[in-house]
Amino acid sequence: MNTKKTANLIFFLMTGFGAASLVFMTAGILVTLVVESWPGIERFGVIKFLLSRDWNYAKESFGAARPLTGAILAAVMAVAMATPVALGVAIFLTELCPAKLKGSVALAIELLAAIPSVIYGLWGLFVLAPFLEKYFQPLVGKVLGDVPWIGGYFQTKMAGGLNLVTASMILGVMILPFIASLAREGFAQVPEALKESAYGLGATRWETIRAVVWPSAQKAVMGGIIMATGRALGETMAVAYVIGNRHGALESLFSPYVTVTSVIANEFNEAGPIQMSALFYLTLALFLANLLILSLAKRLLRRT
Amino acid sequence: MRTSKPHWGRVWRNRVALTLATLSAVFGLALLFIILYDILRHGLSALSLDLLTKDPAGPMSGGGLKGAFLGQGLLTLVATLVGAPLGILAGTYLAEYGRDKKISKVILSICDLAMSLPSIVVGVFVYSLLVKPLGGFNGWAGVVALAIIMIPLVTRTTESLLSMVPWTLREAALALGSSYHVVIIKIVYRKAASGILTGVLLAIARVAGETAPLMFTSFNNNHFEFSLSRPVASVTVTVFQYAGSPYATWIDQAWAAALVVTAVVLFLNIIGRMAVKWRG
Repeated sequence: MNTKKTANLIFFLMTGFGAASLVFMTAGILVTLVVESWPGIERFGVIKFLLSRDWNYAKESFGAARPLTGAILAAVMAVAMATPVALGVAIFLTELCPAKLKGSVALAIELLAAIPSVIYGLWGLFVLAPFLEKYFQPLVGKVLGDVPWIGGYFQTKMAGGLNLVTASMILGVMILPFIASLAREGFAQVPEALKESAYGLGATRWETIRAVVWPSAQKAVMGGIIMATGRALGETMAVAYVIGNRHGALESLFSPYVTVTSVIANEFNEAGPIQMSALFYLTLALFLANLLILSLAKRLLRRT
Repeated sequence: MRTSKPHWGRVWRNRVALTLATLSAVFGLALLFIILYDILRHGLSALSLDLLTKDPAGPMSGGGLKGAFLGQGLLTLVATLVGAPLGILAGTYLAEYGRDKKISKVILSICDLAMSLPSIVVGVFVYSLLVKPLGGFNGWAGVVALAIIMIPLVTRTTESLLSMVPWTLREAALALGSSYHVVIIKIVYRKAASGILTGVLLAIARVAGETAPLMFTSFNNNHFEFSLSRPVASVTVTVFQYAGSPYATWIDQAWAAALVVTAVVLFLNIIGRMAVKWRG
């Protein structure tokens, strides 16, 4: 009887150790990031760091404004491009796709998220960027380049095809399956009887989707979009290849720029002490942004 | 009896919307095939046995990426040996001993946070934990980084699978006089085994293509040694470095290596997801 109890206790402690390892590693990440970025926090402050556009190695003055702008712009553009397509995919899979094909189509879309980030980067660098530079950028420049005030942001001012738009397109492909699957979950939660009563009233499929499915799935889709934004913000290797890595003013969406992750990926292994601390500081900002986004999305997705 | 047809505008709006939805799905599929086609097209030209069996050479003289493949395999294997058991144990705590306790909810939230963390954050953390204090890049740091990514993934699947095993099953076994740990190991685990295995497989697939957490930890190495205390080469980091090089031969090798990584990762994913479906 006693050995039984001891054995149970030992197993209990082992599982507790597993759970504790999760807590300690997450807490450890936060504490380490704060400690390592402390010299940077002391030197640059919080508001000043967030608003400073400096990235000056000689003066050892580093600010997060440009990497943050780049990351947010790239993520928002990616989400804006991916969401309509993802919603279309979700509608197709829940309402239109023949049952036989459903599994394979869903799997194929999911696989887009399984391709490693570094492979997307390689593809972006050698296939997508040259393609966009040759065909897409001149077209956009022609159409939007002369619009007063904002036209300049659509002109190609530097060659290469490595820029915010290319990065956001790759991110868009990577987060597409993510939004699609969360939207699909949301659509699937709408009771069949509700939809049937709409059909019974003579509504078309599209009207049923808009008036019955969409209102109840809205929150899930919003949650998915927010989670996808978080993913896009933290995505590294794909962006590091195609963003161009240029610390300078943003004159055009088709000019090389920086994002939080691209700066970390490209400069971490060769950084001086203060720059290193600034990079840890950026990582801390990424951690906190992630925390914020997750809690926001959870509220919408109502998951525990 | 004649039914009145809906107004033509409504019919057309319906057709346009559904066509757009179908086109979205076609577009998504096309993207996958275009990307895979490009990887195949570029990768096959440089794919050879040398790539897997020879050591790296200068940009002008062939060579292969033997060390990178072995290194990535070693890192992933050891990370799985560390991460999978810890994740399974954590999931067991959450679903069994900690079931319905407040602390489980807190830990589950922490698990979700850990799961959603960008992998570069993990890389930066492990650099500070195991590279800086030890004075250099090393394989163990890479292992720890990959394990940290793996643990929350495995925890989540284990927790949800164990929670699905009916509680009455445990009660039946407990009533026969078994102690709780025996019930968990002999009955609950057995019931959830294939699912947990699938979860581990998908976690391996996720980790096997990671680059950012390895760049600052195990870094790279031109020679392969069975030692985790020195820098360890990996295919993903090599792809990143070679693709940024000015040498055509290295870029070709990057594509070939990318082809192998993509094939392995997609294969693991397809197996894992099919297994999920077969179980229902």
